[in-house]
Amino acid sequence: MDPQAAKFLGAGLACIGMGTTAIGVASVFGQYLTGALRNPSAAAGQFNNLILGFALAEAFGIFSLLVAFLLLFVL
Amino acid sequence: MAVTANPIEQFEIHEYFPVIKIAGHQIAFTDSAIFMLIAVALTAALMLGATAGRRLVPTRMQSLAEVLYEFVADMIRGTAGEHGLKFFPLVFTIFMFVLVTNLIGLIPMSFSVTSQIIVTASLALLVFFTVIIHGFWQHGLHFLKLFAPSGVPIFILPMIVLIEILSFLARPISHSLRLFANILAGHVTLNLVGSFAAMMIAAFGVVGWLGAALPVAFAVALFALELLVALLQAYVFAILTCIYLNDSLHPGH
Repeated sequence: MDPQAAKFLGAGLACIGMGTTAIGVASVFGQYLTGALRNPSAAAGQFNNLILGFALAEAFGIFSLLVAFLLLFVL
Repeated sequence: MAVTANPIEQFEIHEYFPVIKIAGHQIAFTDSAIFMLIAVALTAALMLGATAGRRLVPTRMQSLAEVLYEFVADMIRGTAGEHGLKFFPLVFTIFMFVLVTNLIGLIPMSFSVTSQIIVTASLALLVFFTVIIHGFWQHGLHFLKLFAPSGVPIFILPMIVLIEILSFLARPISHSLRLFANILAGHVTLNLVGSFAAMMIAAFGVVGWLGAALPVAFAVALFALELLVALLQAYVFAILTCIYLNDSLHPGH
């Protein structure tokens, strides 16, 4: 295979990881909303955990985006 | 043509003048060093200048400093308890440094220090070794209970210990890579969207100006997101520091 083509294929494949991160982030916010609607008085206290969970889940999508960028622009 | 420039180019470090030569390696004053100094100077000016008057009814600057102080103090109390407050100077320094360098990095044509993995890795390793040294100094060999949670059946304990040790060793990697990758990916995306607008104008002339409005609007929205990411990543970096320090304060919970 042409190395240039393999590079672009690899970058595209790496971006699949971002889709799985979307599931993770959606789960974080979805579960938060479910809990917050059941017990709105406790929701404000969990905001920090919400942000933390979002950042932890989102980081892995950024990692795969980073791999794609490295393939496209650095290698 | 300038519009097809490599989006990674913005992270290149330029040396300004050499300082010292250690074991064949040239240590030079770089733009990374300049922006670190600017961040430290800004933070020091903000905190010292705001609290110089120390009034009972705070001025606007003083209440900004107080809000920042209370924010970090609450963060430590929430994750590591009252004992954690002895780490307040470390956590506050890390939080302010990451926050200010992230925000300075968003100014166009400036340099983002936290997009260099060496900087974030240094901060993460500092926290990592602080946890290990403080843990052994405070608790002795009892610190190793961190790797063996209580109430685990004896026959799966070896596997749990192995997993705990691996996850402990992976901490500085994920801690540093998270901040670095977020800032780098954000800057590269902004650059790509911006160069798309420039390419439109270069290719289609007057019609391109109309076509470029869309990517420019997108870049503005993306910039707002990057502002959020800059604040959020500083917060996450600091709160993960607190969580890791909590392990050295209360191992074997």
